Amino acid sequence: MPVRSSFLARSGGIVIAFSMPRIAFAQSSPTKPAGPSVPETNPVGGATVPDTVDNWLAINRSGTVTVHFGKVELGTGIQTAIAQIVADELDVPFASVTVAAADTSTTPDQGYTAGSASLSAGAIPVRQAAAEARLAVLDLAAAHFGVGTDRLVTAGGEVRVAGETRRASYAELAGGRAIHRTIAKATKVKDPDAYRVVGKPIARVDLPAKVFGSFDYLQNVRVPGMLHGRVIRPVPIGAKLVSVDESSLGGLNGVRVVKRDAFLGIVAPDEWTAIRAMRKLKVTWSGGGLAPVTDLAAAVRAVPLVNEKAVVDTGSVAALDSNALTATYVWPYQTHGSIGPSCGIADVRDGKATVWSSTQGIFLLRSALAMLLGLPNNAVEVKYAEGSGCYGHNGSDDAAADAALLSQAVGSPVRVQWMRDQEHGWDPKGPAMVITQSAVLDATQQRISAWRSDVWSPSHSARPQGEAGNLLAGKLLNIPTPKNAFVGGDRDAKVNYQIPNYRVTMHNLLDGVLHSSAMRGLGGTQNTFANESFMDELATAAKTDPLAFRRAHLANDARALDLLAAIEKLGSWQARPSAAGVSGSECLARGRGLSFVRYENTEAYVAVIADVVVDRTTGNVRVERLAIAHDCGLIVNPNGLRNQIEGNAIQATSRTLKEAVAFNTSGVTSLDWHSYPIVRFSEVPDVTIVLVNRPHEPVLGAGEATTVVIAPAIGNAIHDATGLRLREVPFTPDRVAAALRSLKA
Amino acid sequence: MSIRITVNGRAHDVRATPDTPLLYVLRDELELNGPKFGCGLGQCGACTVMVKGRALRSCVVPVAAVDAPVTTVEGLGTPAHPHPVQRAFVAEQAAQCGYCTAGMVVASAALLAEHPHPSDAQIRQALDGNLCRCGSHLRIVRAVKSAAGERV
Repeated sequence: MPVRSSFLARSGGIVIAFSMPRIAFAQSSPTKPAGPSVPETNPVGGATVPDTVDNWLAINRSGTVTVHFGKVELGTGIQTAIAQIVADELDVPFASVTVAAADTSTTPDQGYTAGSASLSAGAIPVRQAAAEARLAVLDLAAAHFGVGTDRLVTAGGEVRVAGETRRASYAELAGGRAIHRTIAKATKVKDPDAYRVVGKPIARVDLPAKVFGSFDYLQNVRVPGMLHGRVIRPVPIGAKLVSVDESSLGGLNGVRVVKRDAFLGIVAPDEWTAIRAMRKLKVTWSGGGLAPVTDLAAAVRAVPLVNEKAVVDTGSVAALDSNALTATYVWPYQTHGSIGPSCGIADVRDGKATVWSSTQGIFLLRSALAMLLGLPNNAVEVKYAEGSGCYGHNGSDDAAADAALLSQAVGSPVRVQWMRDQEHGWDPKGPAMVITQSAVLDATQQRISAWRSDVWSPSHSARPQGEAGNLLAGKLLNIPTPKNAFVGGDRDAKVNYQIPNYRVTMHNLLDGVLHSSAMRGLGGTQNTFANESFMDELATAAKTDPLAFRRAHLANDARALDLLAAIEKLGSWQARPSAAGVSGSECLARGRGLSFVRYENTEAYVAVIADVVVDRTTGNVRVERLAIAHDCGLIVNPNGLRNQIEGNAIQATSRTLKEAVAFNTSGVTSLDWHSYPIVRFSEVPDVTIVLVNRPHEPVLGAGEATTVVIAPAIGNAIHDATGLRLREVPFTPDRVAAALRSLKA
Repeated sequence: MSIRITVNGRAHDVRATPDTPLLYVLRDELELNGPKFGCGLGQCGACTVMVKGRALRSCVVPVAAVDAPVTTVEGLGTPAHPHPVQRAFVAEQAAQCGYCTAGMVVASAALLAEHPHPSDAQIRQALDGNLCRCGSHLRIVRAVKSAAGERV
């Protein structure tokens, strides 16, 4: 109760003060989702982007401003950044701006919050709406004062007449009145030189509540009459449910078992009873299971193809048929590993459904749930509440569906909390990929003449897309899995280096060995590992400095060269041929590695220098320091940006050194933090950052870019230290020690 | 059955079976939001509370075994009267998603209660069992150091 009422106070209570945003919701039949298929990265909006100010923001009676932003807060500080943008564009104090929690009833459909696009693209219509709102206030003020708008000045939530003492607040002029005014394409947004709040390291609005324990996480939503649900998954994976022995629950009061096809769950009056029932219930499964895998790379390449496509095909790579340097890189399945397992709360009664979820796409989850529940879209409301950190398509949508099915079955609100083993076992995984590289140098032996990449990847999106068959619960109900658009495997498959003869071929796989979807960086993580490691292999072949080698292939990109100059200075790079063995003792080898990317070929520029120490005996790799140079155009909030860069760097260090999902024919076996370790405080590298601010360049996303350069930089540093080239992640002590032994032999 | 526990200075008679982990009593019976469910295995620290000045994993401790007052992050301080660690976490912007934060704050407060001026290595050691997935570690270490400096 207390939590729910505070939700109301924060959003609904304010909404009453002004007219409800006007959003035309598409009506649809119970089985068909509304609107066209929406791509993975749908940066600005969903099917339709509303074009009047009142859909995006309201000036309340008190003069505060409520923003309805279609991208959700995933723990990145996006709400703070959006409030900064609105404060500047509307000329109101930062503290007066609140970004409302997303809700299918009040929020514009801006598709998924994904692809680092919330600021670069998602913020564009909000900024335009704020600029238009300021013009609306000016028009009201002109009428109020009886002067032309050219004599009016806006600042700090007030309009004053230039050269006079007359002034009026936004509250007086426009408070509580819906601004139903079309956002004109011609309306100009401010010149970056006029920004007062954008560019400042404003403290995040959400952090105090998180630090004092009062934050309204999804996990804290409590609905009156709410019961506690748990799900029981098939063992082995893909098995059919044969029977359930409810007498095995003897002694547990008030427990109800819900079974439909292979979907099985229990509902109990309290959480501990639900957990005990989940553990006690005797269930018989049959069939299912995975094919045995002994060689991950072979298993990935053996998956049937959807198609093969060239991402780039320039010149001729025929020269690679002889004397080419060739290498194959392998990336394992990885899990999102949010500290809080997925959760969902649903109230499905009387032909209506209200669902609370930490989904990345409230609208496409809504239509998927409508289909799952057999309800029309407009009978389903999805309310976003922030969950534990989100780094891609985790179990949030699936947990919402679990809660919805259980609530529908028992006719009461149900909260489903996945257990740790369920999160590790059943979240859609970051895909395993295999990349084969082949290249030759030209006659000078200093430039790449021809390069061929072959990339084996499944699609990096299995998101709901408005289809029940994309939800885990839907699959368990035998609803066919629809064909999603194929995305993400080719992210950063192509390098930005100048290569005269270049071919990248995508071998697009039907699915994976394990069910997989979007995880931070999508294929950019795997492809950049392969590309930037291979650049170092080529620099070694050229017996040249890896930084100079990269520069020579980026001569046409001044911004990239600026960034390389910045990282050279920050990291105190000393030119070396690779495998120099910078320093170290008999036992400990020290090395430095470099890597660079222009993310997605058109987004942020990032370069990193990694300093590592390799224990030759144990194979332990310690990353001591990561120096990072970062250029993402205009910086909205430098502190928030640094936080994102640090987070990417540390999480990617973890993925590089430690992380691989283990599985057998029954399913995933790395089901806790011992079997799937992530970096701990004692292992975290120091991170130093130089930000290149370009106030007159467009904002580029920073949520993922740094992630993709970390693995190759660490791999290159290990090579620099030991001469060992590692081509498969993670660089665990066992793997490194074994490789060092075979290098010696 | 009814079990009496004292949490954040207040006594409560809660309805729970004796084997119920303390975490579910705090969250579901007392409606506290600070301690989080992370693993239920004592492996991640999201559920950390303080008992007798020490950090305790509330997800693996049966409520009947709790024989001393419990302090959660809510009991450490308030926005008006923050614990030095809480003030420092905000000042250093030492979180991203914040799901691990309450456990980090409590574990850090327990560390400072025992070692008022810890070294970097001591901080890292003390927090090694608290997992953060967003990568806020460096800010958290800075925050704890800064809180230590602030204590008299």
